[in-house]
Amino acid sequence: MTKPDLIVTRLHQVAHARAGDKGNRSNISLIPYNPNLYSLLKEQVTESRVLALFSHKGATKVTRYELPSLPAFNFVLDDALEGGVNSALNLDQHGKSLSSLLLTMDVKVPNDLISRLLSW
Amino acid sequence: MTPSTVYIGCGAGFSGDRLDAAIPVVNTLTKKKGPKYLIFETLAERTLALAQKQKQQDPNHGYSPFLEDYLRPILKTCAGSGIKIVSNFGAANPIGAAKKISEISAQLDCKNLRIAIILGDDLLNVFSSDEIRNHPTIEGLKINDQEIIAANAYLGARPIAEALRLGADIVVVGRCTDPALVLGPLINEFGWKENDWQHLAQGTMAGHLLECGAQVTGAYFADPGYKDVPNLAEVGFPIAEIKDDGSIIITKADETGGIVSEQTVKEQLLYEIHDPANYYTADVILDISKVSVEQIAANRVRVSGANGKPYPSTLKATVSINGGWMGEAEMTYAGPNALARAKLAIDVLKKRCQNLKTNYPIRFDILGTVSVHSGDMGPDNYDSFGIDGDYRVRIASKGQDKKIIERINQEMLSLYCSGPAAGGGFRQHLTDQIHTASILVDRDKVATKIEFI
Repeated sequence: MTKPDLIVTRLHQVAHARAGDKGNRSNISLIPYNPNLYSLLKEQVTESRVLALFSHKGATKVTRYELPSLPAFNFVLDDALEGGVNSALNLDQHGKSLSSLLLTMDVKVPNDLISRLLSW
Repeated sequence: MTPSTVYIGCGAGFSGDRLDAAIPVVNTLTKKKGPKYLIFETLAERTLALAQKQKQQDPNHGYSPFLEDYLRPILKTCAGSGIKIVSNFGAANPIGAAKKISEISAQLDCKNLRIAIILGDDLLNVFSSDEIRNHPTIEGLKINDQEIIAANAYLGARPIAEALRLGADIVVVGRCTDPALVLGPLINEFGWKENDWQHLAQGTMAGHLLECGAQVTGAYFADPGYKDVPNLAEVGFPIAEIKDDGSIIITKADETGGIVSEQTVKEQLLYEIHDPANYYTADVILDISKVSVEQIAANRVRVSGANGKPYPSTLKATVSINGGWMGEAEMTYAGPNALARAKLAIDVLKKRCQNLKTNYPIRFDILGTVSVHSGDMGPDNYDSFGIDGDYRVRIASKGQDKKIIERINQEMLSLYCSGPAAGGGFRQHLTDQIHTASILVDRDKVATKIEFI
């Protein structure tokens, strides 16, 4: 059996996410639509890649928690909210829109999996 | 006798939530056999400080401003059907809230409703301001020498359970952990002991899933083409069915929009959680790292696998301090060359603000979508306005001196006659800031008291 081709797509095509805030710390869940994508996301959506994606907002540290039984990840981003609901000058002081920023990240996934997702 | 199933619905997930959301929840609960509860979670981190300020101005206020809007449509049905109400809408003035509820129930001819108040969260009655400042902060800003407006500990579920055991029909709390609104009724019904960590964890998880209202039933979730949600405009608020063994089914009010799916439940399960194995509450440390979810029928999801560990020796508390002022001002440029004019406006504003020689942080945005060129009903198609764009220039600044912040906003206003062509739609805000910080306090210092009115 040949391996399916890998294609580059944005996380938004294969996973969903939700952002929450506590003080100046954001947490963003990442949940694959297809549970079979969990290990692939674990390989590719690393703490360092997420930190790089949020560094322009001042994030200093990203911790990734793994929840294989859901399956899902929980990313905790320190100092990512420009002060947070207390004092951010950003229109979105809670960082509620940051889940959408995480979902812009590119990932490489097998194309047969994508076609299956489209019929989800 | 221990009931087989307890039904708990949620009528509000934050202080400004849908005012009519509880009505279908209550109508659904009336059809259930067994103990029935309705919770309202209306107290975000800063809400209590705002309430404290209102109370300073008027001692009769300082509870949830929407209390009457939430309760009036459903109070009589709840009283007639034995649906008990538990809420933190007491905010800075639980006694004032209870008096108001008593007044409403008299007007609605709801007789003999017993209203309990949980007191003890207000740390300004326990510590001096300096003692509060001496606690290190775990989240939020450092507590500086600014006046402390409010300091409240997050109380647990035990006093709520006790008030219910004593016969309360309505329990009014100030600050408590959000899941305690659900765990309190469960402890009352099932008699879960203080060291029954497994059950307390399950009950806390149920509370966590309910506390944000429609966030578990399709709201803060819908993403057209990816995560479609039917009839979001009438999204149904959640109801949890919990059994003595701690098993949880999340469902929602009958004849409403929204959806309860594995996906909606997963998103809410992780909402505002940091380490999933260690979610600290006053009653238990909740571990959701091994939780699984299962769709068992349409709009019914079973959630299982929560574990619990002994509660910490400290309680979390939120301290609110004065945080100076924030200014925001906006102006729109639309039509041909709009983006160039919006950029020119930013250029002018930056130079003008440099002249003010302030070191306050200032942010400049250009928001781009359609607004001023559409009618009151909005455009037929949001994509058709894309040719020239419609750009909104925004300036935001903060600092202790209100005059400087006003002056920065004024620089935007002056663009009407001193800025680029055809700028319109100026709006400005000047907001009195409240900063919050979280501290941990010794739980033995916090004494709770139950009063009935």
